[in-house]
Amino acid sequence: MEAYNRVKNARSSRRPSGAYYINNMIDSFTELHGDRRFSDDAAIISGIGFLDGIPVTVIAMERGDTIDERIRRNFGCPNPEGYRKALRLMKQAEKFKRPVICIINSSGAYCGIGAEERGQGLAIAENLMEMSALKTPIISVVCGEGGSGGALALSVADEIIMLENAVYSVISPEGCASILWRDAAKADEAAEALKLTAEDLYKFNVIDKVIDESGRDDLTVCCELKKELVDRLRRLKEIDIDELLQKRYSKFREIGSSFYA
Amino acid sequence: MLKTILNIKESILSARQTKKCKNCGKELSLHTLKKNNMICPECGTYFRMNARERINMICDSFTEADASVTSGNIINFPGYDDKLAAAKNTSGENESVICGTCKISGCNAVIFVMNSEFMMGSLGSAAGEKITRAFEYAAEHKLPVIGFTCSGGARMQEGIFSLMQMAKVSAAVKRHSDAGLLYITVLTDPTTGGVTASYAMEGDIIIAEPKALVGFAGARVIEQTTNQKLPEGFQSAEFLLEHGFVDFIEKRENLKSKLAEILKIHCG
Repeated sequence: MEAYNRVKNARSSRRPSGAYYINNMIDSFTELHGDRRFSDDAAIISGIGFLDGIPVTVIAMERGDTIDERIRRNFGCPNPEGYRKALRLMKQAEKFKRPVICIINSSGAYCGIGAEERGQGLAIAENLMEMSALKTPIISVVCGEGGSGGALALSVADEIIMLENAVYSVISPEGCASILWRDAAKADEAAEALKLTAEDLYKFNVIDKVIDESGRDDLTVCCELKKELVDRLRRLKEIDIDELLQKRYSKFREIGSSFYA
Repeated sequence: MLKTILNIKESILSARQTKKCKNCGKELSLHTLKKNNMICPECGTYFRMNARERINMICDSFTEADASVTSGNIINFPGYDDKLAAAKNTSGENESVICGTCKISGCNAVIFVMNSEFMMGSLGSAAGEKITRAFEYAAEHKLPVIGFTCSGGARMQEGIFSLMQMAKVSAAVKRHSDAGLLYITVLTDPTTGGVTASYAMEGDIIIAEPKALVGFAGARVIEQTTNQKLPEGFQSAEFLLEHGFVDFIEKRENLKSKLAEILKIHCG
C-alpha cells in the first residue's frame, strides 16, 4: 500500500483508538484524571489496571468515535495538561514499580493559544527528559497516527510497537508539502518521501515490532498486541533497572548516530 | 598576521554591505551593525546574530568540537542534497550548530550555538549528534553547558531521524542534569517547534533575548487551526516571561557578564 493511503487509513474514524485497546486488553481499569495543576485533558485517558495479571499504568490517546466525543476529546490532540497528566501517572508508576504502556494515536500536540500560554513546548520537553530515565519499564504502541513531538512525548520507551497501518512522522505530509513545495496537494509525494510507515521505521531500527493487520479484524489485532505486550513486559520486568535505563539511553543515543562515527 | 589581514578584509567588505532595519527602515552598514552586536543603533531592534559572532561576543576563548560532523541525505529525501550543499555554501558551516569548549570570565564551560544561516537552524541527526556529544562531554568533565537556541524546529528532510534527535538530546540533558551540573539556555529569535519542545526548555536557567520569537507551533498554524486572532506580542520573549516560562530577559550587551555571574555562582 502506498504511504499516503496508509496515512489516510491511520486517520480513519473507523480505526480503533486508545479507549478500545484499554477496554479490550486491561482488566479492572480505573481511570485517573487530571494533571493536578490546571485541568483534565480528555485527549488522553490514563489509569491503572491489570494486563494479564500484571499491574500496569496505561496512558492512551483517544480521538473519540462520535462527533460529540471527538469535540470533547479535541480530536486526540493533547494540550500541555494532557502531557502533564501523563507524566504525573508515569511518576506514580515509577513509585509503585508498575510498568507503563502508552498508546499513541494523535495528529499531534494541539496548536492553540492556550496550549502556548501553558507551555506546550515545555510539557513535551519535560516528558522526553523524564521518560528517558523513568525507573520502570515503558512500552509505547503507535496504533494509528503518530504525529511529531506530540507523539514522541509518550514514546521515549524501552520498546516501541507499531500496528502495520499506523504511521509515525516528524510532520504531517500536508504540512511538509505546504512548507517545502507550497502545495498541500502534494501530500502523497511528501508521505512517500518522509518514510513514515511501520515498515520503514522497523527497517530504520527506530521501532521494535510491527503487528500484522492484513485481513484481520480489530479484535484479532488487539489480541495479538496484548500477547506481544505481555511477553515483552514480562521480559523487561526481569531486567535490572540500571541495565534497562542504560539500554533505553543507548536505544535513542544510536538513532542517527551511525552516520557520524 | 594572516588573521589580521583577513579581519581587515572582512571589515572592508562589511563596510560596503548593508542591511535594512525591519523596524525603523534605516539602511545600516554591516560594519556598524557588527560593532553594535547586531543591534540597530537607531531604534534598538535586534538583528539575528551569526553563530561565530555570537561565540566571539560571549567567549574569551573557544575550541571547536566535532566541526566535521555534517548531515547526509539519510532517507533520500528529494532535493535535500541540493539544499544541504546550498546551506554549506552560503553559511560556510558544516551544520546548523557549532559546539565546543570555552572560557567565559575564567569559568570553563561547554557551549553550543545554533545557526539560523544553516537551514534555519533546523535540528537534524548531525546537529542532534553534536549537541548530544556536547552534553556527554560536559557530564564526563563536570562542566556546565550553555546553549544558544535558534531554530525553525526539526529538519523534516530527515523524517523520523530528526524527530528522534529531540529524545536523544533530552536523554543526554537528563544525565548531565542528574550529575548535578548546570545547563543554561539562551533563547534567541526564533526558537520554535521541536527545539522548543526539547532542549531549549530543559535548562536549569532559561534566558531570552528581548522580543525573541519563542513558541511550539507556528503562529500561522495556530490561526488556521483555531480561527482566532492571536493576542498582541504572542510568543514573544516578554509573553513567555509573563507566563512563567523564562527566568529573565537579558539585553544582548549584558549577556556575557550575566552568564559569567551565573557560572561563578555554580562553579565557585
